[in-house]
Amino acid sequence: MKINDVILQTVTKIVVFIILTFGVELFLSGHYNPGGGFIGGLVLSSAFVLLYLVFDIETVHKGIPFDFKKVAAFGVLLAVGTGLGSVLFGASFLTQTASYFNLPVFGATELSTVMLFEAGVALTVVGVVVTIILSISEDV
Amino acid sequence: MLAITIAIFIPFLAALLVPFIYKRVQSRSIGWFVMSVPLALFIYLASFIPAVAGGKTYIHTIKWIDSAGINFTTYLDGLSMIFGLLITGVGSLVILYSIYYLSEREALGRFYVYLLMFMGSMLGVILSDNIMVLYVFWELTSISSFLLIAFWYHRKKSRYGAQKSMLITVSGGVGMLAGFIMLYTMTGSYSVREIIETIGQYTNESLFLPAMLLVLLGAFTKSAQFPFHIWLPDAMEAPTPVSAYLHSATMVKAGIYLVARFTPVFGGEAVWFYTVTGVGIFTLFWGSVNAVRQTDLKALLAYSTISQLGLIMSLFGLGSAALNEGYSADSVIYTQATFAALFHLINHSTFKGALFMVVGIVDHQVGTRDIRRLGGLMTLMPVTFTIAVIGSFSMAGLPPFNGFLSKEMFFESVLNVRNLDIFAMGPLMGSLLPVVAWVASVLTFVYSMIIVFQTFLGKHQPDRLDRKAFEAPVGMLIAPSILALFVVGIFFFPNVVGTYLLGPAMTAVYPPFEGAEGLVPHIAAWHGFNAPIMMTIGVIAVGALLYIYLRYWRGIYSLAPMRWNLDSMYNGLLTQTEKTSSFLTRTYMTGYLRDYLVYIFVFFILTVGGGLLWTGGFSIDLSNDAPMTISEYIIIFVMMGASIAIIFAKSRMTAILLNGVLGYSIAILFVVFRAPDLALTQIIVETVTTALFLLCFYFLPEWSKEKSTRSLKVFKGIIAISVGTVVTVLALVVQGNKMFESISVYFENAYELAGGKNIVNTILGDFRAFDTMLEVVVLFIAGIGVFTLIKLKAGKGDEDVED
Repeated sequence: MKINDVILQTVTKIVVFIILTFGVELFLSGHYNPGGGFIGGLVLSSAFVLLYLVFDIETVHKGIPFDFKKVAAFGVLLAVGTGLGSVLFGASFLTQTASYFNLPVFGATELSTVMLFEAGVALTVVGVVVTIILSISEDV
Repeated sequence: MLAITIAIFIPFLAALLVPFIYKRVQSRSIGWFVMSVPLALFIYLASFIPAVAGGKTYIHTIKWIDSAGINFTTYLDGLSMIFGLLITGVGSLVILYSIYYLSEREALGRFYVYLLMFMGSMLGVILSDNIMVLYVFWELTSISSFLLIAFWYHRKKSRYGAQKSMLITVSGGVGMLAGFIMLYTMTGSYSVREIIETIGQYTNESLFLPAMLLVLLGAFTKSAQFPFHIWLPDAMEAPTPVSAYLHSATMVKAGIYLVARFTPVFGGEAVWFYTVTGVGIFTLFWGSVNAVRQTDLKALLAYSTISQLGLIMSLFGLGSAALNEGYSADSVIYTQATFAALFHLINHSTFKGALFMVVGIVDHQVGTRDIRRLGGLMTLMPVTFTIAVIGSFSMAGLPPFNGFLSKEMFFESVLNVRNLDIFAMGPLMGSLLPVVAWVASVLTFVYSMIIVFQTFLGKHQPDRLDRKAFEAPVGMLIAPSILALFVVGIFFFPNVVGTYLLGPAMTAVYPPFEGAEGLVPHIAAWHGFNAPIMMTIGVIAVGALLYIYLRYWRGIYSLAPMRWNLDSMYNGLLTQTEKTSSFLTRTYMTGYLRDYLVYIFVFFILTVGGGLLWTGGFSIDLSNDAPMTISEYIIIFVMMGASIAIIFAKSRMTAILLNGVLGYSIAILFVVFRAPDLALTQIIVETVTTALFLLCFYFLPEWSKEKSTRSLKVFKGIIAISVGTVVTVLALVVQGNKMFESISVYFENAYELAGGKNIVNTILGDFRAFDTMLEVVVLFIAGIGVFTLIKLKAGKGDEDVED
């Protein structure tokens, strides 16, 4: 199935960046506003899916040479790993903590271990969704 | 001590590293790295011996699932010390041996990963105080044993043996889990130490006996006790270092450990006494009977291991009698059986480990283990011969080897039973035990002689061997020589072992007897002419005669009852189960999606709808509901219109679009009801699903008009309408009744408790983080599942890789 849709491709090139930014924004704002790891991950993966739909798999793979199975596996490791991390500090499994830090550009910012956990969730979602869609579409 | 907890994980961490190192160093020297792990752990554990011998115990808790009472608690006392030293000590020697045994062409990386995994899980079993954690490690040992038996997975027999051992030990383990849960139901604790303290109040509960029998089931399957012993001979398909390590020195002793650990819980009960002693003594007898007829040296050792495990098991049964009436000067005498059991446990690991290694050397050097082809190797392999003599004579119970001491104590213990006047022990039972024990010991003597004489003496037959016989390389001889040194050394200095290892372990098995006189007897090689020594002399005399005239009485093994065996029962059961289950599955797995939907929905209507009817749970209360606004009406009607229109859609594309309308409308409803998180998620999920649909669209067949009879259509209509009704009623019932206090108050403090203002996400990432973590794992497994189903499926005409 060879698609050569110039308008769609041109629009996608811009839109993908908007979606990706939106996905990251959703992921980061999750602590106080709607968003979070799962939604952020889904938005990110929808951007990838759009890319795969508009361009063919080989082209996209040249630009984004990730193995999405490994992305998913890394996400799971991260999510489980943050849980184990709290055990090393003598707290219960999966205890989360947060504190305010003064960062150079952002000022007083809250940094939380939930962030790492949610990053794991987001990566898993991205990895799994893209893996599933790629596997099905390649099965011709 | 945190360090002891870490000790469990060190083998796992090393197992993680092995593949990376093996990529760089593709040679057998990887073994040296692996060997350093158990060696270091052995030295570390050994440094605790003086303190533990002084009565100290170490406990360390890591909170895990505190709310469910499951914590990662490690507990080091005398009993775990013995096992810990065996696991790490024999482990180091076995790895040293394997470095020279395995060829460099083998997948050494994989082998050592499994071996380290096993070592870690085994340490977990013996150091865990929490029975749930113990169970997890218990099953992990079964799994790593499965992987090791199937190490040469291209052989059909290896796969068969691996499956058999896995099925038997894991089903026993699941039974044991049920027993553990019963114990928890009674005592309200998962901690072995707490259970021991409080169990006295619960001995009359109805769950007590089932719990005991189920825990024993786990122990018997793992320790290859009759009738579950059948997996052990087939497990001998594993490489010899594995057989020496798992299937003689450590894993099969996990069941023994469990019995020892739970003796303070269940010991003193008549059922425990009779089951453990009876099964043990019969296994001792049956194993020795079968060992004599084997012609494969490894199979012979397998049956002899079964037999020796039965011996140790029966001793633990006898020893539990002491707990019947608590501490008194009379009851201390029965604890000697347990003392003998622990002593024989150590001795068995030394001499049997050495013997397995000897058989491995013979196999490695001449290419066969069949005693009919072997013979006359004494002059060709003098060192191997010496070790074989030491090991076998110790197993037969001859001086000056450690087996003699524990065998004497075994005889003494079974003779003591005659004086036991509890548990309705009549004179018949009392004299039956020593007789069976003696007969089994005679047969043990016979097969021990077979190992030595038929392998190393007699006529050498070079033409029947695959290779010319030579002495093994020095590296291979070091490990069995060290074990043989222990066999002799323990005979001359038995009380070192007694004081430093067995004494503290006795206190662990008999908490009420702590510090009692006579709990740790003095071990002496010579007691004067008493009954046990007469029994040993009898064993030697009769055993020697039987060995000399072996070919005259071997015929009894071909008698009918001897051929009727448990293996064919196991195989029959397995094929029958497979047949029945595939027959059952074929009746309802039609391959039509609509049939499966019918099953799901009918089940849903019956359970949920039926449940509502059964409990009379309809009380719909609409009084508290807010009035509906115009905008909500519009959305609802759009949805209704879309869903009705799907039924009449002419093309698949229209149906997908209408389905999308439904999904996005729900998202709008979420917005109206001020649930932005849900709305966002719904929109994105809908988008991704539509993309998936588009992809699958390509593969779907033309949407043709369904040809079905009128009655079938009506049937489907009824199902559809009933499902809708049930869901609606359910939703209204749930909305109208507040049976439980709302938990939202708790979550509304999210900012103080979790530092986040988005309640939904604090629930996901903090309050219920465990759920989220497992969901992520499930998602990942699903993704891998889709990938493997699609990518790794066998194409048409490809070979079916299974079997």
